[in-house]
This record gives sequence, C-alpha cells and structure tokens, in this order.
Amino acid sequence: MDFLNIPLPAILAQLVVGLINGSFYALLSLGLAIIFGLLNIINFAHGAQYMLGAFVAWFGVQYLGVNYWAALILVPLTVGAFGMLLERTLLSRLYREDHLYGLLLTFGLALIIEGVFVQLYGVSGKPYATPESLRGALNLGFMFLPKYRAWVIVASLVVCLGSWLIIERTKLGAYLRAGTENSQLLQAFGVNVPLMITLTYGFGVALAAFAGVLAAPIFQVSPKMGSDLIIVVFAVVVIGGMGSILGSIVTGLGLGLVEGLTKVIWPQASGTVIFVIMAIVLLIRPAGLFGKEK
Amino acid sequence: MNFARKAGYAAVLGALAAGAAQAEISDGAVKIGVLTDMSGTYSDLAGPGVVAAAEMAIADMGGKVAGKPIVMLSADHQNKADIAANKAREWGDVEKVDAYVDLVTTSTALAVMEIAKQTHKVVLISGAGSSRITNEDCNPTAIHWTYDTYALAKGTGSAMVKEGGKTWFFLTADYAFGQNLQKDVTAVVEANGGQVLGAVKHPFPATDFSSFILQAQSSGAQVIGLANAGADTTNAIKAANEFGVVQSGQKLAGLLVFISDVHSLGLPVAQGLTLTTGFYWDYDDKTRAWSKRFFEKTGKMPTMVQAGVYSSLMHYFKAIEATGSDDGPTVVKQMKATPVEDFFARHGKIREDGRMVHDMYLAEVKKPAESKQPWDYYKILRVIPGDEAYLPLSESKCPLVKKS
Amino acid sequence: MYQRTLYFVLCVCLLLAPLAIYPVFLMKMLCFALFACAFNLLLGYVGLLSFGHAAFFGLAAYVTGHVLKVLELPTIVGLLGGTLAAGLLGLAVGLLAIRRQGIYFAMITLALAQMVYFFFLQADFTGGENGLQGVPRGSFLGLDLQDDLNLYYFVLAICIGGFVLVYRTVHSPFGQVLKAIRENEPRAISLGYEVDRYKLLAFVLSASLAGLAGALKSVVLQLASLSDAHWHASGEVVLMTLLGGMGTMLGPVVGAGTVVALQNYLASSPVGVWLPAPVVLGAIFVVCVLAFRRGFIGELQALAKKSFNLS
Repeated sequence: MDFLNIPLPAILAQLVVGLINGSFYALLSLGLAIIFGLLNIINFAHGAQYMLGAFVAWFGVQYLGVNYWAALILVPLTVGAFGMLLERTLLSRLYREDHLYGLLLTFGLALIIEGVFVQLYGVSGKPYATPESLRGALNLGFMFLPKYRAWVIVASLVVCLGSWLIIERTKLGAYLRAGTENSQLLQAFGVNVPLMITLTYGFGVALAAFAGVLAAPIFQVSPKMGSDLIIVVFAVVVIGGMGSILGSIVTGLGLGLVEGLTKVIWPQASGTVIFVIMAIVLLIRPAGLFGKEK
Repeated sequence: MNFARKAGYAAVLGALAAGAAQAEISDGAVKIGVLTDMSGTYSDLAGPGVVAAAEMAIADMGGKVAGKPIVMLSADHQNKADIAANKAREWGDVEKVDAYVDLVTTSTALAVMEIAKQTHKVVLISGAGSSRITNEDCNPTAIHWTYDTYALAKGTGSAMVKEGGKTWFFLTADYAFGQNLQKDVTAVVEANGGQVLGAVKHPFPATDFSSFILQAQSSGAQVIGLANAGADTTNAIKAANEFGVVQSGQKLAGLLVFISDVHSLGLPVAQGLTLTTGFYWDYDDKTRAWSKRFFEKTGKMPTMVQAGVYSSLMHYFKAIEATGSDDGPTVVKQMKATPVEDFFARHGKIREDGRMVHDMYLAEVKKPAESKQPWDYYKILRVIPGDEAYLPLSESKCPLVKKS
Repeated sequence: MYQRTLYFVLCVCLLLAPLAIYPVFLMKMLCFALFACAFNLLLGYVGLLSFGHAAFFGLAAYVTGHVLKVLELPTIVGLLGGTLAAGLLGLAVGLLAIRRQGIYFAMITLALAQMVYFFFLQADFTGGENGLQGVPRGSFLGLDLQDDLNLYYFVLAICIGGFVLVYRTVHSPFGQVLKAIRENEPRAISLGYEVDRYKLLAFVLSASLAGLAGALKSVVLQLASLSDAHWHASGEVVLMTLLGGMGTMLGPVVGAGTVVALQNYLASSPVGVWLPAPVVLGAIFVVCVLAFRRGFIGELQALAKKSFNLS
C-alpha cells in the first residue's frame, strides 16, 4: 500500500491506460447527456447500443467485407438509424408521461437487446482484428503503448470536441440548446421539434455505437460488454452534472484517470472508486460538478 | 452404440441371473437433472453442449437403464447458487430426480451438494473447478469428474517452473475460484523451487485488463499466471498480446483454458499458451470417434466439460445396470468400485473422497502454421498420470478419507 | 367491504396453497412479494423510483446468513439482524439519494447499490462468488423450521405481518403526507412539512422491509448470494411492482407471483431454450410501460370503478 514504492513509470503507464478508459466514459456520457438534455430521459439502453455498435462492426467484417475504417462511419449511422426507429415507434409515446417511464422503457429494451444477442451468439465474445495500420506498439519509454489505444484516445477526443463545437457554435446546435431550455417556445418559432428530438436521440445513440466500434478490437465483441459499463457511466454523468456537454466530456476523461491511478494504489477499490466519488460529490454539490441547480 | 447396447444387455442378463435381489428403480424411471450455464459466461464451454452430451449418453443406452426409461431434465442455473439450489431442491422433492449433472461454477456445485447431502442424491460434477469440492467440502454422493484447480496447478504450474519460469505474478479473479486456483498454483510453484512475486486481484468479470497487465509487466516476473476463467481469461490474453507481454520475454500461463476459449481467441493470439486439460478431442482414435459424433450433433468440438458429462453419465448408468437400483449411496458405491476406462478417462478411478482420478494432459496451443484443420489446436506435451495430477489422499482434508 | 372479503379469501388460499404447490417455491414467491411491497411503499406512495433496492435485500440475506451460520444464534435473531442492517444501510443511502429527485434519484440509488455490490464481491464474510451456503434454518419457539411446511407458515406469518405494516403505514396520517409529497412536493413543503424527513423515514422503512424479505429468503433457500444484490434484482423488483400495479396494495404481490412463476417456468421448460428469461422480462417491461402503466390490479380497479359508475 506504500505509495512511494510504486515506480513513476508504472504510475504514468496506468494514467495513460486510465485516459483510454476515460475516452470511452467521455463518449458514452456525452451521448447520455445530449439525449438527456433534450428528451429528459435517461437512456438505459445506451450500454446495449454501444454493444450493438461493436456487433454491427463485427457483422460488417464477417458477412459484408466492411473494413474497420468504413465501419467507423457506417456503424454509427446504422445503429443511429435504429435508435431513431426506437424513438419514433416507442419512446415518443412517453413524452407526456413521467420521465421515469422513459428510463423503464429503455431498461426493458436493454434487456431485450442483450438477451437476444446472448441467445444468438453466446457470451464468450467474438474476436475483432485490430486494423493493419494500427498494429504494434509505440515505445513511450515508460511503457509500450499499443498504437491502437493511442488512436482510441485521439479519435474519441476529436469526436467529443467536434460534438461540443457543433452544439456550441452552429445554428443546429443553437436550436438544440434552445430546445433544451424551452422546447415549446422553439416549436412556436417554427422549428420542427419532434424531428429534432428524433435526430438528437439518433445522434446520441450513434455516439454510443461509435464507442462500440472503437472498443471492438480492444475487448471481445460480446453481448454483455455494455451492461456493467453503463452503470459506471451513469455515475460519471451524475458526478459531472447532467445536461452539461463539456462537463460530461471532462468528467469522463478525469474519472478515467482517477480510476487508472486507483488501479496502481489499491486495485480492489478500482471498481468502486467512481461510486465513492459520486457519493462525495453528491454531499458537496448535489447538482454535480458542472451542473446547474434547477 | 452397439457396444453400449450389448453391455446393457449383458448387465441386465447379469442382474437377472443374479436373481436381481433388489432391483429397485424408484418411480419406475431413472431421472437425471442437468444443471448448467445455458446463457452466461460459461455457456460455450458447457451449456447446450452439455445437454447434447447427456442426450448422446442416453441414446447410447437405448433410452433405458435396468429396463426402466431414462428421463432427462435440464435447466439453466445462470451460475447463480440460489437458482441452482432452488432448482435442485424442487427437482428432488417434486420430480424425484436421482442425479444432478454438470454444475458449472463452484458456487452452484457447493449449493447443490448441500442439498444432495440431505437427500442422498448423486451429484456428477463436471464444469465446476475448485478442489474444495472433494477436499474440505467433500460429500459422500458427489463425484467430481473432469478436472480441478489442484490438477490444473500441478500440471501447468510445475511444467512452467521446470521450463525455467521461476518467478510468477498472478492475475486473479477476485472470487473464491480464482483465489483457490492461485493458492493451489502458488503451492506448486514454491514446491518446485519457484517464487511468487505478487498478485493483482481483478474484479469478476472484468472487461479491461490493460492496467493489470501493466502491473504484471512491471513486476518483472517470468511467468504471468492467469487465475481466472472464461471471458476473463480470453480478455486478459488479448490485452497481454497487445501490450507485447510475450514479445518482451514474459510467458503467459492460462491456468484454466478450454478449447472453446482458444477457438474464440483464434490461434494467432492464443499460440504458445501452455495449459492443462482433462480431455482433447484429437488425442487418439477413441477420442476422435466420439468427438466426431459430438461435432455432427452440435457443430463444435467438445470441451473437456462436455466430454466429461458423457463419460460420467455412462459410468453412472452402468452402475445402475449392475446394481439394479437408483438409490444414491448404492450406485455411488458401485461407481467407486468400478474402474473408469473409456474414450474420456484413462486409468480412471473414483476415490473415496469423490475425486475421479484420471490422466491429465499438458498441452501447448499450436502456431497457426501447424494447424492442419479446423479445431486442430493443441500439441500434447505430456500425459500426467492421474495419481500425480490430483491431490494425494494423504494430504486430503476430506472427512470421508480414513486416515490410517 | 369487498376488500376485506378479498383479503380473507387470499389468506385462506395462502394457508391451503402448500397442499397443491411446492412449498419452497411458494416461500420464494412470498419473499419476493414482501420485497415488492416494500419497494412499492417508496415508488407507489412517495413517487421515488429506487433502482438499488437489491442492495438492502442482499445485505440482509448476508447478515442473516452470517448470524445463523457463523454466530449460530437463533433464527429470529438472524432475521432481526438482517432487517436492522438493511435499515441502517437504507439510512446511509437514503441520506444521499433524497438530495435529488426523479431520474437522478434512480441513478444515484443504482450507482450506490452497485458500489455495495462490489463491496460484497470482495468482502470476506460474503464468500465472494460462492456465496454464503448451508445457512441453517433453525427453529422458532420449538417449531422445527427444517420442515418445509413449518417454515412455510412461519414465513407466511411474517410476510403477512410485513404486508399489514405497509398497509397501516400507507393508510396512516404519515402515509397521507407521503402521498401529498408524491402529488405535489412544493405544496407539501409550503404546508410546513419537513419533506426530507418524511422521505427519509419512508426510505428507511422500505429498505428495512426489503431487508426482511432478503433475510427470509436466506433462511428459506439456506444461502445468500451475489445475485441477491445485483442490479438485475433491482430491475426485477421494479418490474414486479409495475406489472402488478404500483400504488396498489395487492399489485406488488400479484406482480411478484407472476414474475417468479414465469422465471421458474422459463428456466425449465423447452420454451426457455429459445426464449431466454431476460428477453421475456424486457418485453413485459416495454409492454407495461407503453400500454399497461397501471398494472394488473390498477387496471382492474379502474375497470371496477368504471362499471360501478355506469350502474
């Protein structure tokens, strides 16, 4: 348990690995936050949609000859479209009800999607090859960093910041923010709010699917890959404060780092550290680090 | 098939000739209850394949034993002790099941054994691994068929140390099975003059092993022992591959690796892994013949757990033929008195603690170039005689073992 | 009046049930029915959706198992110990969770329960993945609980006691305030009620009763395992309550019975081989939320009300 006995390179290496995990947290919590901002529902199916992204990428390779790079674009579009279908056919019926029903509905959907994939593909997972150009590792001096993992950090940062810029700097983003504040007023201005809601949900789901494709070569493509991850991401979102786009990105990355550090200092606690932080944040700032008290 | 049927007839005739003093099959049928993981982490190594193996065993008996029909029930215990216990209790009380078969995790096995202890039913364990099952928690009517953590430790552990892997670091699934495995391997490593530098416990199940692999790397140990199973093992191996563990000179020891794991990893990643197994389909003509039938039925080659289920059931049925009874203690007594020799078990015998001792195999996963056909995965390095592989009775903590 | 007759008939049915149905299965149903009633106290009458109730259920199962197996104390002490532990955990979780409402409340309880789950996974006294097995059932006032029938009536008595407690709570002035909070929290505050205190008390009560259910379960099945505390169990109890009818007295009982029976059926029937339980439960969830929000009992009550109005 002696902190000083841990060599610096080991700590640095763990921080890098933590950053990789943080990238996934950031992508997933960003999607959750965007969906929550406009729809006011917590998308419990987010983990299942992340898994779906990985699986669709695997289908692509297996049956259609779609390579990794094409999958990175096509899979989010496909899964996003599936998400929009879910929103149109199921979720949209609930907007007048208590928001908790949205949580319950998506929980049910998550159970179904995961159950079906377990039934069809078992749970031990399918391998997904790392793309040729990203094999091998970079020698950082203190560790071997597989090139693919470095790519994960870069790709997720680009996508996260890109999404943030779209929301903060474009007209579309302005509508989105306006819809978050007051969707009725926006509708009165002639904006097609239902369509916007559908697109937003699709975008959030597409982000999850993108994370799924990124994850496929690292973890096995397996039906259960999203189910426990999603609870950690919930905690991340609670810590960051829901509705804050930048907040969810920063919190995701930051918590990845904290988790990485915990793994060196006290590995057994690495599963719980995020929840402990959540409890502390709730005591001090119930609205979350970046949240506004409503 | 033919052989089995003939053996069946012979046994029936034998029983008749002997006057069949107490040919008692309760309720007019022999009922077996297959409890396995049908949908969870271990469903590929057990699950539907175990049910298929049990069906094969019943078909090979002609659907009957001692003149009475064999009925099979199966259920998914989802690796949860409570579901297994509930089902076993209900099967015992309501369905009058005579034997419980498979049980994939140690927790489910111990839970069902607890119930069997009260009701004197037979438990034929194939999937669960902890050596506790026939050691401190041993049970008069439970038989542990396929492998256990001690045999894995003994096989892989001592082989790796002898090859020069003197220093070890463990990645241990943080639950009883992983800890049990780590404990058993540690004992073997130290007994062979090796040294354990450290261990990191990871949550079960874990998805990302990179940080644990990094710790193993920085420990500088020659061997990284994976004291986990199923998806945890395959994920750890993948991560190790990515971070260049093998390239930088460390060796991986998968302490519990099933052929289904190798199949899902693929040879490029799994190659070079040393492992201990209780069964390999391509070992000789007898294993190939049976495995081919299994393959035709399921589309997969059998894992040791699945082959073990078939073997244990056949032995069980033959004991019923011989005694004409399905009373638990009677059948188990007969099973223990008869040596086990079939496609699965070489030099097999069931000891008083319930351990089925048979030859184990030390294997290495082939390089992609060496693999000639699908499922051609293992190179058998050494046959480990059963008495060497399993815990000697003299060291047993099982109360059933009479110490002289 | 008809309500009293209904309860009476139900009690008679429950008393006679073990003649026809396997008692251990019935006891499991009873435990989950009590669990769902406890949960419903919070969801149905305060409007708080806890997604972490399995933590209380699981903790109590472990504590009871430990008290009975390791400390070898009488059964009743084990049950009380489990309930008390769940109540204390409920106090801690409740203090944190009631700081937020609605969806946040659900997510916080879920996350805290997951933390508890990880703790159970690693703590020594739980036996990790193996669970705590071979919990002795013991005896109560000379009644040998090893016998399934004896235990059944013991469990039935306790569950009816728990049910009556929930009933009395809901129909007390305290329960009225809870309903007021559910309907309009700001108004309850402006009327001078210390809303947080009421919520916390309801939360602790609900957690304790969920604990009692878990404690009973560990006596009935003689083991406590991680699955008791997993978030799937939390999801299941939500489903039971939703399916039976939240905010109704009998709804959770009916819902729990249905779900437990369904799981049991799917685990052993050939249907379950191609139709796994999670898919069925998920589908029920979706159908309930979309078309059936009042649940069995809720719909029946609505129907009854409508037909009385018509006549």
